[in-house]
Parts: sequence; C-alpha cells; structure tokens
Amino acid sequence: MADNPQFTRRRLLQSAGGLALASTVAAPSVLLAQSSDVIRVGHLTPRTGFLGPLGEYAVMAIDLAVEEINAKGGVMGRKVELLKEDSVNPQTASTKAERMIERDKVACIIGEISSASCLTIAQVAQRNKTLFINTGGNSDALRGSDCKRYMFHVESQNSMYVKTAGRAFLRDGLVKGKKWYSLTADYAFGHDLLKVSKRFMQANGGDFAGDDLVPTDAADFSSYLLKIRDAKPDLVVINLAGNQITNFLKQYAEFGLKFPVGGFGFDTALAWAAGKGNFVGTWPVVWHHLIDTAGTKAFVGAFTKKYNKPPENQAWGDYIAMKIVAQTINDLKSLESPKIIEHFEKGAKFDLLKTREGYFRASDHQLMHEMYTVTALPADKIKNQWDIFSSGAPVPGPDESLEVIAATKEENSCTFPT
Amino acid sequence: MSMLLMQQILNGLLDGVYYLLIALGLSLIFSLGGIVNLAHGAFFAIGAYLTLVISPYLGFGGALVLSPVLVALLGIVIERTLFRRFYRSDPILSLLLTFGLAMVAEQALRMIFGAPPLSYSIPPALRGQVIVGSFIYSFYRVVLIGIAVACVAGLWFLLQKTPFGRVVRAGVQNPDMVGALGISLQPYMAAVAALGIGLAGLAGVLLAPIYAVHPAMGNEIITPAFVVVVIGGLGSFWGVVVAALLVGLVKGVMVGIGYSAASTAAIYLLMLLVLLFRPRGLFGERMTRLEQ
Repeated sequence: MADNPQFTRRRLLQSAGGLALASTVAAPSVLLAQSSDVIRVGHLTPRTGFLGPLGEYAVMAIDLAVEEINAKGGVMGRKVELLKEDSVNPQTASTKAERMIERDKVACIIGEISSASCLTIAQVAQRNKTLFINTGGNSDALRGSDCKRYMFHVESQNSMYVKTAGRAFLRDGLVKGKKWYSLTADYAFGHDLLKVSKRFMQANGGDFAGDDLVPTDAADFSSYLLKIRDAKPDLVVINLAGNQITNFLKQYAEFGLKFPVGGFGFDTALAWAAGKGNFVGTWPVVWHHLIDTAGTKAFVGAFTKKYNKPPENQAWGDYIAMKIVAQTINDLKSLESPKIIEHFEKGAKFDLLKTREGYFRASDHQLMHEMYTVTALPADKIKNQWDIFSSGAPVPGPDESLEVIAATKEENSCTFPT
Repeated sequence: MSMLLMQQILNGLLDGVYYLLIALGLSLIFSLGGIVNLAHGAFFAIGAYLTLVISPYLGFGGALVLSPVLVALLGIVIERTLFRRFYRSDPILSLLLTFGLAMVAEQALRMIFGAPPLSYSIPPALRGQVIVGSFIYSFYRVVLIGIAVACVAGLWFLLQKTPFGRVVRAGVQNPDMVGALGISLQPYMAAVAALGIGLAGLAGVLLAPIYAVHPAMGNEIITPAFVVVVIGGLGSFWGVVVAALLVGLVKGVMVGIGYSAASTAAIYLLMLLVLLFRPRGLFGERMTRLEQ
C-alpha cells in the first residue's frame, strides 16, 4: 500500500484493454488424437453471454441424443463422439468450426443460436464442403441472401415465427386497424425480425405506431415502458432476444401495463424465468414440452429424468438435428456431406416428435414443420413452475401444406453459391 | 418540454440510483487498496442468487438483511486471502486476479444453479404502481430507491463523520502517513472490502425481483458501474453520486428521444469526453499516487 509509481490511470486503462483482448482470444481446447472407431460430430453453440442459457439446453439435449444413439448401436456400427465448444461470437465460432473440420475431421457441425455466428460457421462449412445444421439462428437472410448449399436449418426462420404468431393475433383481432408498437433487439436477428414483422402487419392492415431498438446488454426497460404507456398501443410486439424478454416481462408486470403483449420470437426458458404472474401474452415456438404426441412425451420423459427439468424449445432443435443426422448416415451408410445433402434435398421425411413428419425444403434448406403458439395461463390455473402456458393447435393446420407459413420466393429468395 | 421527456429525465435519474450501489463499492475498494475489482459484478450476482435461496425460508425481508451480510463475509474472506497480496503490486496483477475471480464465480453459479435464468418475482406486499400526475412508477422501485438512498447516506455519514471514516479517508490520501501515525490499515481494508462488496450483494437482492436472475447478470451491471466510477472521479464520493445520476439520465433521455440504439454508446461517449477534458473525472481529487 505504498506509493506505487507504476500505478497510473493510463496504465490501468491499458491493462483493462489488454485483458479484454486476452479474454476474447483465450479459448481452451483439448487436442484429440484421431481414431477411426468413432464418428465425430462438432457442436458449437453460445454457452456464455446473453444466449448462454439457451445454449445450455442445446448442450444437454444433444448429449441426450448421442447417449440414446450410442445405446442403440451408434451410427454405421461406430459410436458417436461429440466435440462441444462455446461459440462465443462470430469470429470465434468461425475459428472453432475451422479447427473442428480440419483438425478433428468432424462429419458435420450442429448447433448455434446467434444468426451472425451461423453465417460465419456456414462460410467455413461451405469452403470445406462439410454439412452444418443450424439449430437456433432465425434470421431470414440466412435462408435467403446468405444461404449456402452446406447449411440446413432445423430452427424456423423469422417468417415462420411471424406468420405463426400473426395468425393468433389476427384471430384475436389485434392486427387489422390496430396500433402496434414494437421493441427490437439491436442486432442481426432483431433487425431481420422487425423487417418480417412489418411486412406481415402491413399486409394485414396493422397500424405501425413505433419501434425502439434495444441494445443487447440493456437490462432496464423502464424508459421503454414509459414510451409504450404514452403511445397507448393495441398490441405490444416484442422482437427481443434471450434475457431481454425475461427482463421485459418482469418489468412490464411491475409497471402494471395492460396492453396485449405478444412476440414474434420466443423461447420457453424465458417464460419460465419470468415466472407465474409475470409471463403474459401469446408467443410462437418451434416446439414445447406440452405437445401431445408420443415422441414428445418420450423425449420430455428422458430429458426430465436426466436433468430434473423439462426441455425447452432450444433443446428440441439440437436433439432432433442429431437424430436426423444419425438416421441419415445409417440409412445412406455414408458420412459424406454431399451425399447427405443430396438425400435431404430429395425431400427425405423425418419424425420431429410432432403430429406430422417434416422435410427440408430444397430451395432454401429450411425444415418444413409444424409450429405452435403458447399463451400464458392466468395465475390461478398454474399448477407448477413449468406448465405456465397453454398450447395452440399446430400451425399450419392438418389440411394445409407445411410450406404456407414459410417465406415465399418473392419474400426471401435463395440462390446457392456454387 | 414534453411531458414524456420530463418523465424520461426523472426515470433516468432514478435508474442511476441502481448503478450507485455498485459504483460506490467499486470506488471505495479502488481508492483504498488500488484494486480494480472486476469481480464486483459477480458479488452482485451472488447476492441475487442468495435471495432466491434464502427467501423461501425467511422471505424477501430476511434475504434483504441476510444476503448482503453473507456476501460481505465472503468479501472479507476474499480480501484477507487474495486482495491483500496485491495491494503493493502492479495493478495488472490485481486486474488479472479479479478478472479470473469473476469467471470462477460466474461458472460456479452456472454449475450450482444452471445456466437458464431462474424465476423470482416482487413480493406481493411490494407490488403495485405509484401514479403522480401522468408519471407512473413502480411501488417496488420507490422502496428500492428509498433503501439505496438510505445506504448512500449511511455510507457518507460513516466516511465523513466517524473516526472510522477519518482513517479510511486518510488511508486513501496517504497510506504511509497513516502507518507512520501508528495506525494499521489492515482491519480498515477488510472493513472497506466488506462494505463495498456487501453493497454489491445488496444491489443483487434489490434487483433480483425485476431483472432476470442468471449467472452472467453481473456483467450487465458492472460495465455501466465502471463508467460511473471513471466519470465521477476515482476516490470522490459525490463524484460517483453525480456520475451515476448522469449516466442514468443520459441513457433515459436517449431512449426518450428515440435514439435507444445509441443509449449504451452514449454513456461511453460521455466517459470519453470526460477522460479527454478532465482525465481525473468530474470530481476526482488529485491523488499523487495515481498521477505521474
């Protein structure tokens, strides 16, 4: 505690800067020896940062999937070995994808939640001609202007989310001639979602009252809530992401605002975190744990047994992607990405734990499957901390083509780069 | 001036109070020991998680008292075992230490409680809204601000009006002279660490009902808190107070006038301007050991 001549503000700021730099570079990885008795699959997803909580479900689910696959004899008689890494950010994701493909010779890469990281992984996958299955990036652009032959999407695109929730809003009379106000996460995903929402609401006669872009690190929504209160909208549309949604819901209840709320993007973990009484509105999901099918019941049962809590929708994405890959490799007796891609593009059907089977659309590699809306239950009807919403019917309905909710060629066209 | 803008100004000022609890502790620990506590956000998160653990048994009130005390005790342990070894060394070492500590704490929370955010709500007795004219505010936040203001006032009194505070302030200015007078600063260092870290724990309890409780929640609050300390001026009590309100105000007004996307950038710009034109911060005192 004596005078320290080295201790200056300048030194301090330099040190802090250096540390920030060091933390982005530091990325522990275990060097693995090659061996031919296992089939390696790379899993990349954000485990830290604001998407980390969802990434954790992704990891739990793919672990479970691999466990089940290996228990049934693996793929082509070999065990599946997962290489799991935190994708951190687009740059790191790309570096790690490169390493997984070139050094660890993975058969394919599964995962991701951030659309920005999906794009950098897809670029690496395309360059190395290795399959990448996106399980969480929603941006339409990924299936449109940025589409890649080696990238497939289990996660729905924003258009599918918007049209699914939009149907519920239309049904409830919240669109035509009504004033809507939105909050949008200020990064690629949010911008894309806002664009798609505007297109939907405008086409259906909604009256756009305003939008605020919310920085991803914002935790306090009081300023936004005051603006919403002042705007008196008929519908508050939440195009936020991750913990932002939980923070918003908690504070919306706190400020006692009563305008109908809904969102065009959602994850059930966020509803659970907001909790009974705070969770309100109607939201779209790719899947949820209360779907009444045998497949879902078995998955929820196995997951709950292993982790003591039900899976959320992100868990479904990574679980199902791993299952699709395993089934395809077994069917084709081949690990080669071009062959798998050809099989997918031919319209192979897969069980998705829903009422109908799904398939990848050849034109943009988007999985065509049923979506759902969940609606918050009133507090007195809630029995436990997990079952806090009721499920809408599958969208599209049983008589409709699965493609009616997906973006059309005009809305979002994809030309695969050669 | 429009009514909405007035509301945003007021709301922004009130928001600044949350940063205050974190920033004051940071500033205190830095001023006395020269430790830039990058783990301060982690103690905030631990405070929030302890609330979830304690309140099923003792209620929110029990957590409000017990959780900051436990966090403060943890602070003493950390100070006695780790911080004290770094008071005299190159600041890069204590930065590395606390940076690592923050990661360890975050990962520990993730391992114990899981990565997904946990649910916690405002206790029923504190729900509701206060409406003054056209301004709406949550009743819970009124209580929160009341507690925060009481803490800040208490801290001011402790530092300015008590023998304890006199030694701490002397230690900030010239630790060698304090030593020459035969006063050991060691117990004061531990007490200051307990106070500062306990305040972070308290902020964790207070914000758990309105923010998502997740392992990385400390990161959301630590950066603006650092900005507050830098703007206010290291070692200045009132500097930190004014800077906290200023940061809240700038954020609120940026959202209010429709530039929400730049609301985070704006506080960094503010910090940049302060560093350019007044490097020691708004109210920072000239400390010989900090300037060459």
